[in-house]
Amino acid sequence: MDLTIILQQLVNGVSLGSLYGLVAIGYTMVYGVIRLINFAHGDIMMVGMYFAFTGIAMMFLPWWAAFLLSMLASALVGVIVDRVAYKPLRNASRISALITAIGVSFFLENSFLVIYGGVPKAFPIPSVFNGAINIHSVIFPNIAIITPIVAIVFLLILLFILHKTKYGMAMRALSFDIDTVRIMGINVDLVISLVFALGSFLAALGGIFWAMRYPAINPLIGIMPGLKAFAAAVLGGIGSVTGAALGGFIIGVTEILVVALFPALAGYKDAFAFLFLIFVLLFKPTGILGEDLERGRF
Amino acid sequence: MKRLLSSLVAVAVALSFLASASFAKEIKVGVVWPITGLVAAFGQSAWKGAQLAHSMKPATKDGCKIKLILLDNKGMKLETANAVSKLITDNHVKAIIGAITSSNTMAGAPIAEKNHIPMITSSATNPLVTKGKKYISRACFIDPFQGKVAAKYIWNNLHAKKAAVMIERDQDYSVGLAHAFMNAYKKLGGKIVAVEFFQSTDQDYSAQISDLKSKNPDVIYMPSYYQELALFSRQARQYGLNQPIMAGDGAEAEALIKIGGKAVNGLTFTTHFDPHAAATPLTVTFVKAFEKKYKTSPDAMAALGADAYFILVNAINEAGGCKATPKKINYYVRHTKDFKGVTGVITINPKTGNAIKSAVIRKVKDGKFVYVTTVNP
Repeated sequence: MDLTIILQQLVNGVSLGSLYGLVAIGYTMVYGVIRLINFAHGDIMMVGMYFAFTGIAMMFLPWWAAFLLSMLASALVGVIVDRVAYKPLRNASRISALITAIGVSFFLENSFLVIYGGVPKAFPIPSVFNGAINIHSVIFPNIAIITPIVAIVFLLILLFILHKTKYGMAMRALSFDIDTVRIMGINVDLVISLVFALGSFLAALGGIFWAMRYPAINPLIGIMPGLKAFAAAVLGGIGSVTGAALGGFIIGVTEILVVALFPALAGYKDAFAFLFLIFVLLFKPTGILGEDLERGRF
Repeated sequence: MKRLLSSLVAVAVALSFLASASFAKEIKVGVVWPITGLVAAFGQSAWKGAQLAHSMKPATKDGCKIKLILLDNKGMKLETANAVSKLITDNHVKAIIGAITSSNTMAGAPIAEKNHIPMITSSATNPLVTKGKKYISRACFIDPFQGKVAAKYIWNNLHAKKAAVMIERDQDYSVGLAHAFMNAYKKLGGKIVAVEFFQSTDQDYSAQISDLKSKNPDVIYMPSYYQELALFSRQARQYGLNQPIMAGDGAEAEALIKIGGKAVNGLTFTTHFDPHAAATPLTVTFVKAFEKKYKTSPDAMAALGADAYFILVNAINEAGGCKATPKKINYYVRHTKDFKGVTGVITINPKTGNAIKSAVIRKVKDGKFVYVTTVNP
């Protein structure tokens, strides 16, 4: 295998990985704060795709407006899901909340199935994101260059919010001990809502970029990327935002390299992503950047 | 009091017998198709075709209404098996139409076989679907034939000497058709320079595409479904892999063109039917009625869906109409001979349950499906 192909595969892997990373951040934030694995997160990603699709293809908004509105609306959906489905179970056992999350996931999938039908829709790609650049016969599709940049920019913004703002401080405090934070007079429910809003905003962003890369969207599309992003969050160390992004990159690159190095095994590449996860967890049970799970601190 | 209760029960039982007797003027037929999920476009299209066929022939000759009961299998194997069981045990259907893809049909077939209920698939082309089964038949040709047609077309018309094959590992249809193609192509003297694998849920083909580029084939044969083909074509063209792509009947759905856009221009595929190349008088009436009702031309799935229905109704009539038993229906489905259906003249081999019929080659041109040629068996 020559250098061009290796470079090409790396480009492919990094851009796929940054998509997983964006979605993984939401998993990790919600887990860090309320210790809930939000299985509906992948479906929020799907919701973001359909909102953006509706904005561009049905309401004829300019793409940036459609994207922004879609992300805000998805953030709102995330908050509503928390208020309706998770908040009443805040003091219930974790397994009840987990099963509720699976229920929410089915609910979102099936309501979008009713609204938009099961036939895949073609996602309209704005021309800015089309096309590709050829450097020494390594091809960089525009979307593959833009995605990692967007992912890193939003990761930095998120880290800024978490570490430099009061609400960010409250979120980090919540991840240590909710009751103590409540005694300090902080509106815990508001902060948790904000966590869901941020996570869902990023999931929608990931969803939109996913849809521009693979422009066939259907209501069940969030399941597999959602699972991979979950794996990425665990791999990076669940509870750590930087870890989630890193985990995403690693899973993306691994997947692409498995196909590139062992073409005959390409049909099992999902299995490899998860095998790799198990392998890492055997040696580092808290994930790469994870600390003791009971003291997650982003 | 006890006596009153028991007499009430007796009356209720008698009434229910009466009720079932009055409903006997109806024959229930189960339909298992994907209305949602990855291959939903196929199921919805086939259902349109079958509904239209039903409105053209809603009853048997002796006046029994045919009632179609549709269950959605979501394009999944497990759901197909569940749906087939439910239709047989809960709805007591006399026959089943379905499913669309080979893998799904194979998941449901053993249950129909075990319960001796005839099952006729409109479009599952993998040879294993009917292998060793007495109650499973199909309205379409099988993949060894389809693969041969594709190989001949690539060899003779595209003059391609080196082919690469993309196989969807978890779809029996894709694996079977790919091997049929490779065997036929090698026999003609062609060379297979690369075999790449992927799976149904994949949306990223960049790794396979990078590898294909280095192997430099003359043509890429990808027996898969419309969504995978559309995404693959887009990514291939984006990465500068510009060789012609050939596919099987899984390519044909409007969604292929909508999702694939310019990238699928020139994509050629083998299929069952073209609305503008009428094979029988029924083709003409059906296409006209379809266009009137749905404001669009029928595709192969719609035509096959209708054919599965027509073949079944024909068999029910032969088997005695209202009095038809599943076993008799199955006998006449399997003895369908020179039936002039929508997709052509259909003969089913009584031993194998496979239909013997011609194939059509179509391609995408300027955002439309156009007719290329017809190949007889």
